[in-house]
Amino acid sequence: MQFEQWKGFNDGVWKTGIDVRDFIDKNYTPYTGDGSFLCGPTERTRHALARLEELKKAEQDKGGVLAVDTTTVSSLCNYKPGYLDGENDLIVGLQTDEPLKRGVNPFGGIRMARSACEAYGYQLSDKIEEYFTYRTTHNDGVFRVYTDEMKAARHCALLTGLPDAYGRGRIIGDYRRIALYGVDVLIAEKKKDKQKAGDNFMSVDNIRLLEELYQQINFLGKLKEMAAMYGYDISRPAANAREAIQWTYFGYLAANKEQNGAAMSFGRTSTFFDIYIERDLQAGTLTEEGAQELLDDLVLKLRCARHLRTPEYNELFGGDPMWITESVGGMNQNHRTLVTRSSFRILNTLYNLGPAPEPNLTVLWSYALPEGFKRFCAKISADTDSIQYENDDLMRPRYGDDYAIACCVSAMKVGKQMQFFGARTNLAKLLLLSINGGVDNVFGTHIGPQKEPLQGDLLNYDDVIARFREYLTWLCHLYVNTMNCIHYMHDKYAYEKTQMALHDTDVERLMAFGVAGLSVITDSLSAIKYAKVHPVRDENGIITDFITEGDFPKYGNDDNRVDEIAVNLLTMVHNELKKTPAYRGAQHTLSALTITSNVMYGKKTGATPDGRKKGEPFAPGANPMHNREVNGALASLNSVSKLPYSSASDGISNTFSIVPDALGHTEEERISNLVSILDGYFLNDAHHLNVNVMNRETLLKAYEHPEDYPNLTIRVSGYAVNFVKLSREQQREVIMRTFHTAV
Amino acid sequence: MTGRISSFQSLGTVDGPGVRCVVFLQGCPLHCACCHNPETRDPRGGTETDTDELANRILRFRSYFGKTGGVTVSGGEPLMQAEFVTDLFRKMKTAGIHTALDTSGCLWNPAAEELLKYTDLVLLDYKYADPDSYLKNTGEKMETAERFLDELDKRHLPTWLRRVIIPGQTDSESSVLQLKAVADAHPCVEKVELLPFRKLCISKYDNMNMDFPLRDVPEPDEDLMCRLRGLL
Repeated sequence: MQFEQWKGFNDGVWKTGIDVRDFIDKNYTPYTGDGSFLCGPTERTRHALARLEELKKAEQDKGGVLAVDTTTVSSLCNYKPGYLDGENDLIVGLQTDEPLKRGVNPFGGIRMARSACEAYGYQLSDKIEEYFTYRTTHNDGVFRVYTDEMKAARHCALLTGLPDAYGRGRIIGDYRRIALYGVDVLIAEKKKDKQKAGDNFMSVDNIRLLEELYQQINFLGKLKEMAAMYGYDISRPAANAREAIQWTYFGYLAANKEQNGAAMSFGRTSTFFDIYIERDLQAGTLTEEGAQELLDDLVLKLRCARHLRTPEYNELFGGDPMWITESVGGMNQNHRTLVTRSSFRILNTLYNLGPAPEPNLTVLWSYALPEGFKRFCAKISADTDSIQYENDDLMRPRYGDDYAIACCVSAMKVGKQMQFFGARTNLAKLLLLSINGGVDNVFGTHIGPQKEPLQGDLLNYDDVIARFREYLTWLCHLYVNTMNCIHYMHDKYAYEKTQMALHDTDVERLMAFGVAGLSVITDSLSAIKYAKVHPVRDENGIITDFITEGDFPKYGNDDNRVDEIAVNLLTMVHNELKKTPAYRGAQHTLSALTITSNVMYGKKTGATPDGRKKGEPFAPGANPMHNREVNGALASLNSVSKLPYSSASDGISNTFSIVPDALGHTEEERISNLVSILDGYFLNDAHHLNVNVMNRETLLKAYEHPEDYPNLTIRVSGYAVNFVKLSREQQREVIMRTFHTAV
Repeated sequence: MTGRISSFQSLGTVDGPGVRCVVFLQGCPLHCACCHNPETRDPRGGTETDTDELANRILRFRSYFGKTGGVTVSGGEPLMQAEFVTDLFRKMKTAGIHTALDTSGCLWNPAAEELLKYTDLVLLDYKYADPDSYLKNTGEKMETAERFLDELDKRHLPTWLRRVIIPGQTDSESSVLQLKAVADAHPCVEKVELLPFRKLCISKYDNMNMDFPLRDVPEPDEDLMCRLRGLL
C-alpha cells in the first residue's frame, strides 16, 4: 500500500497489512526529558472548558442528567452533528446533537433504558417502546435461557453486576487504524477475510463469523457516513496530527453511539499521535501550543461522553463512570521507552483542564521509564489524584508492547484481543453459604448442594476449607455457564460491530471473571485457623454470626501466614473456573477488582468471622480491610504484591491513600518518595496502584459541603471519580478507608 | 542477638533521606516535655525481637529504598540498646542498606562508639539551645549531646541536626540561630531540620493515663515555621 498521507514515514510491514504496532515501532521518537517544554491552555481551550464547566454544573443541578433524547435510538448516524463550543471545536463530534444530552440505547435491554429514563423524569417514546416489542434485546435473550439456579445466584447476589441487562463493554476498538489506513482499506481487508471464511465448512461458528463480518463492513460504511455529516472524508488516511486525532476520535465516538458498554476505553493513542505531531512540528505546520491544544480538545470531547444508566447501576458503579481509559507510557520490547512528548501532553491536560475522572489516564509503569517521566507522573498524582499506575514489566511479557487497559485493570492487545466481561462473584458470601450447607443467610435462598450446616461450637479450619472447596467447584461451574449464556446472547443481539471491525478478524478472546471480598474471606479464614471462631446460630440452625476469640494475622501486614491464604484462594478460583470451557474458546482470566460495588456487596453479606458486621462494606478490590494494617503502608503494599498475576491476569486492584505529610517534608521529597514507592511496589511484581495524596479532612469537608468541591477527584478501585458524584454511602466508605499517615 | 522494640513502621519518609523503614526501640533515659512517643520510655516494655528476624523484615522492603532510602532506628533512645543496634546495622551494611540513627546523643560509651562504625547518618535531636532549658526539659545535661556531636564531627559522620519548634520554648530566633551556629561549627552537619511541635500524641498519653505537660501549648503555624527556616 502507498498513500500520499504517509509521506515522511519510515517503511515497515505496516505498509503491507494492518499493523499499527509496527508503524509506531518504526516511526516514534522516544522522549527522556522532563515536562518543562509543555504549554498551558490557549484562549480557545479556556473558552471551551468554561462552556463544559457550565454544562456540568447544570447537569449536577438537574440531578445528574442534563437532557435525554427519548425519541431516537442511539446509533452512528441518527443524530444531527453536535458541538461543544460551536465553530471553536478543533476536534468535533458528540454522541447526540447537543453536549451532555444522553441518547437511549435499548439493545442491551429495554427495561434498563426505560427505567433509566424514568429515574430522571423522562419517558421513553412510544415509537421506541413499540419498535422494541418486535425486537429481541440482549437482556431478553439471556433470560430466555437462564436456569433457575442462575437466577437464584443472581438474586442472592452471589453473582452480581453481570452484564445481562446492559452492554458488556470492555472492548477496545483499535481506533488508530482509521487514522493510519483510512476506512476504505479497513473495509477492503474485512471483505477479503469474509471471502476467505466463505470457503470454510459452514459450521455454526463459521456462519456466525460471516454474519459478524457483514455487520462490521456495514458499520464501517456508517462510520464514514457519520464523519461525512461533520464534513470529513475518513475513507482515506489522516494527513496530519489534527486529522489523526479526529479520525481516531470518530472511531471511538461511533463505538460510543452504538454501544452503552459498561466500560468504553480509548486504548493507547498518545505515542501514536506523537508521530503525526512530530511530523507536523518538523514541517512547521504545528507549534507546541497547537499540539497541546489538539490534545486538550480531544480530552474535552472525551469528558463530554455520557451514557444513560439506572440508579441501581450507579449503586454498583458509583460516580457515573465511562472508563475512557487511555494507557500512557511503558517500554517496548527492545527496551526503548514508549514515552514521547505526547505522553506528557496527554497527562498535562489534567493541569490545563483541571483534575477530572475521565479520561481514565493510566500510566504503564516500568522500572526503566525515564526519570523525568516518572517524576512528572508522581507530581501529577500528588497534585490531582487523577492517574493510576499499572505494571508494564508484568504485563509486557504477556501482552507484548501494544496492549491497552480496558476499564480499570484489564489488559489486552489492542485490536488483537477482546474480552467477555464477567463482573464478579462474592467469595465472602460463598464462604457463609458453604458453612450453612447451601442456604444464604441474608436472602434465605436455598442454592447449591444442600447439606447440613457445619456443626459444633468451634469452626475447624480443615472442615471449613473442605466445605468451601466443594461449593467453589459448584459455583465456578455455574459462573462459567452463566457467562457463556450472557455472551452468546450479547453476540447475538447486541454485537459490537464498530469495535469488532477495528479488531483482527481472527481475534483472541478472554473471559474475565472476578472475585469480591478477597480480604474479608482471607481474614475470616485466618481467624478460623489462628483464633477461635464460635458460630452463632438462629432458630433454624443457620449460622448468622460469629464470636471470635483471640488474635489472628490479618492481610495487609506482610505476614505470610495470612497472605498465603489470599494467594491460594486466587489460584484455587482460577483453576476451578478453567474446568468449564468458556464460550468461543475464550481464555479464562480473573480479577480482584470491585470498582465501587464493595459497598453494595457488603450490604448483601452477613457477618463474617473476621469481625466484620452484617452489611458492613468490604474493602475495595484487593485492598486489605480498613484499619487492620499495623505496620504501615509498605507492609500493606507487600501483602497485595504477593497476589499472583498469573492467576489473576485480568488485574489486581489496590487503592492507596496517603496524607501529603507522610510522603515527605517538601514537594521535592514527596515526588522522589512516591517514585521510590511505585518502583518498589512494581519491582515486587504487583499489578496496579491507585494513588490518592490527600487529607481525610478534605474528604470530610467535601462530604459536609459538596457544593464547595465540584471537581474533587479521587481514585477508587481502578478509576477516578468526582467525590461528590458518589452516593452518601460510598462517600462514607471512602472516608473510612485507611489513610497512611506520618509516624 | 535480641533487643526490645516498641514498633515497626514500614513507610517512613520524614526520618532521614528517601523511603525508609523505621524501627522504634524501647527505653529512653530522657523525660522530655514534648515527647511524642511516651510508650517507648519504659526499657522493660515493647517486644523482644531478634536482630536476624528484624533484618529479614527490613530486607523485605528493600525494593522501595531506591538510591537514597534505607533503615532508621529511632525510639526511645537507640543508644540504650547500642549493641543490639550495632548488630542490626552490621547486618544492614552487609546487605548494602543505608543506616540512620535517630538519637538525642545522651550517652557516650564504647558501645555507642562501636555503633557509629555501622552508621551512615545520624539524626541528632539537639533539643534546646542552652544548658538550663535542656536540663529542665529533658532531665539530662546538654554537655553529653555536645560531646556526642563533637565525636560525630571527629569521625566525619554525616549528621542532620534537628530541633522541635515548641511555641514559648524553642521558637525564638535566638534558639534557631544557636542551632545554626552549632551546625556551622561542625562540618559533619549536612542539614538542619526544624520540626513543628505536634499534639497527635495526646491520645497516647490519655490511653496510658499520663499527663501531657504541653497539652495547652499550641502547634506552631506554618508562617512561624517558614520564618524560622528562613533564618537557616
